[in-house]
Amino acid sequence: MTSPLLEVSNLHVEFDTYGGTVKAVRGVDFHVDAGKTLAIVGESGCGKSVTVQAMMGLIPMPPGRITQGSARLRGQEILGRSTVDGREVRGAQIGMIFQDPMSSLNPTMSIGDQIAEPLLVHRGYSAAQARARAVELLEMVRIPEAARRAKQYPFEFSGGMLQRAMIAMAISCKPTLLIADEPTTALDVTIQAQILDLLRDLQNETGMALILITHDLGVVARMADEVAVMYAGRIVESGSVEDVFYRSSHPYTVGLKAAMPSNDPQQQHELRPIEGSPPDLFSPPVGCAYAARCPHSMGICQQRPAQLFPVGDAHYARCWLQHPESPHRPAELSLGGHHE
Amino acid sequence: MSELIRIRSLTKHFDMGRGQRVHAIDNISFDIAEREIVGLVGESGSGKSTLGKTLLGLHDKTAGEVYYRDELLPQHYHSSDYRRHARRMQMIFQDPYSSLNPRMTVGEIIAEGPRLHGMMTAAQAREAAGEWLRRVGLHPDHMSRYPHEFSGGQRQRIGIARALILEPEFVVCDEPISALDVSVQAQVVNLLSELQASLGLTLLFIAHDLSMVRYVSDRMAVMYLGSLVEIGPVDEVYFEPRHPYTQVLIASNPEPDPESERQRVSTSIRGEISSPVNVPEGCRFAARCPRAMEECRRVTPVLKPVDESGRLVACHLY
Repeated sequence: MTSPLLEVSNLHVEFDTYGGTVKAVRGVDFHVDAGKTLAIVGESGCGKSVTVQAMMGLIPMPPGRITQGSARLRGQEILGRSTVDGREVRGAQIGMIFQDPMSSLNPTMSIGDQIAEPLLVHRGYSAAQARARAVELLEMVRIPEAARRAKQYPFEFSGGMLQRAMIAMAISCKPTLLIADEPTTALDVTIQAQILDLLRDLQNETGMALILITHDLGVVARMADEVAVMYAGRIVESGSVEDVFYRSSHPYTVGLKAAMPSNDPQQQHELRPIEGSPPDLFSPPVGCAYAARCPHSMGICQQRPAQLFPVGDAHYARCWLQHPESPHRPAELSLGGHHE
Repeated sequence: MSELIRIRSLTKHFDMGRGQRVHAIDNISFDIAEREIVGLVGESGSGKSTLGKTLLGLHDKTAGEVYYRDELLPQHYHSSDYRRHARRMQMIFQDPYSSLNPRMTVGEIIAEGPRLHGMMTAAQAREAAGEWLRRVGLHPDHMSRYPHEFSGGQRQRIGIARALILEPEFVVCDEPISALDVSVQAQVVNLLSELQASLGLTLLFIAHDLSMVRYVSDRMAVMYLGSLVEIGPVDEVYFEPRHPYTQVLIASNPEPDPESERQRVSTSIRGEISSPVNVPEGCRFAARCPRAMEECRRVTPVLKPVDESGRLVACHLY
């Protein structure tokens, strides 16, 4: 059995605020295999970005705090900001791109210099080598007239071009893992299609794994091999993209799908919003965080948090309905109301 | 069905000085029928919001006319024009954070319109505001709170109450759900549809989420770089797009279905929306169009019917 490229276990992240301590990530486990794409899906505030920021050492401490957990890349611990090794591993082996390319790039440095920087720091290139490589990288992400473009500044690039430049920077050190945090949320659909195609082509060329953070189930369906659905700081369902979409086993996943319009001309279901809003993470509920909005909620849901129960081969759901001895264990989870 | 809004050759250019002109919207003509929902889609910079704002008089018109029930609306709005027309034509904005005054209570925000229009006394307006809070799914007790105490979805409900308390006939919804999470989007869309049906509203629903526009609208209008390239019944346009740009746009929209996504051939086209400054003659899409012909670069295509469904397309292919 081969071990996964990245293995994250029991990750907990908190933030101190004036209002108290926010428990943003409350025990997250997942793994990514080499060359595969994991999509982490969830709504604002579910902790999906904080999870990867913690791995990358991007959580400002204070006010943030990683209270527990580990993240191992090829068996090597990368969590913890102080470890010099961790920084070496992260910078050289993991690339990251962000949602807003305009504010993630340095406005006072030319695009070429910014792409060259990691090569100088992590790969010991000379300035001239790094500059030449930066132009090659811009060609790889299909920016026309790369040599001229490398000398330009971020304000001279459009949003889509900036995202390409950021991808060039992220892959400059040939990472084994690329983390993309909402890479296309700020872009129009036609540009989004270009960027998603580019990410997939680069993945085929270089064999890198991809963690894609998004709230868009369409993007997940297009890109992912594996999916983890997050809610209120925890993964509530995980499995292959087919399992999660076609055999959804957590009421939240079912609710998300029902809240989106279907594109099937034959069937136009009513939009079924998830009523209410996510819980307050200052004092998360004792039981299941989704219980208050869940149409299937039972007595035990209010009292005890569910574990991830297996519902299929490598398919898990954090829901009491899926407990092996649950009397209500459904063959297929419907949207419907209470179980009798 | 009678037409509520008629738009004729509407044009809005912004002067940037030094001979530079932004062609934000160019020569747009279409009608919106009473109680109809027209979904307006296009990429950022295509002029969707400018069109909505120009219709309401928030921008002066450079050329062209807008008729509201046969009444010609002014080219430039004076404050008396706003007083006359604003009650009947309202707007719901995209960003529920910046579009509510943080120093006003929710009750003041909602009651401000009827008070300014002299429709109600202050006491009546307060009462109506409480009633509207209830209608949009909030609680009348929320009147004395400030916008920052509400979530994005709740603020959008407040924005809806503020627009609808004036009992308008026509509402421009400028990306009302783009800033919201999926589960909350459905809440707001369902609320808007309910209110549209019960109040008999006519809506121009601006969005970039094509699936949502298909769900909400009767007709879909597609803009590219300031011009209207296709308009027609929503399912016709969505499932059988005719204009090459509409085809690209709809093929780029990822669907939440892994199997159909896996079968999808890559549809992305090269290039990006070009600058709307000093646009040349010819079709705006010609530079990126996979089927561009010589004629496309010379002659600006006009909207014409291409089938029996009432769909209009501006393309030399048809």
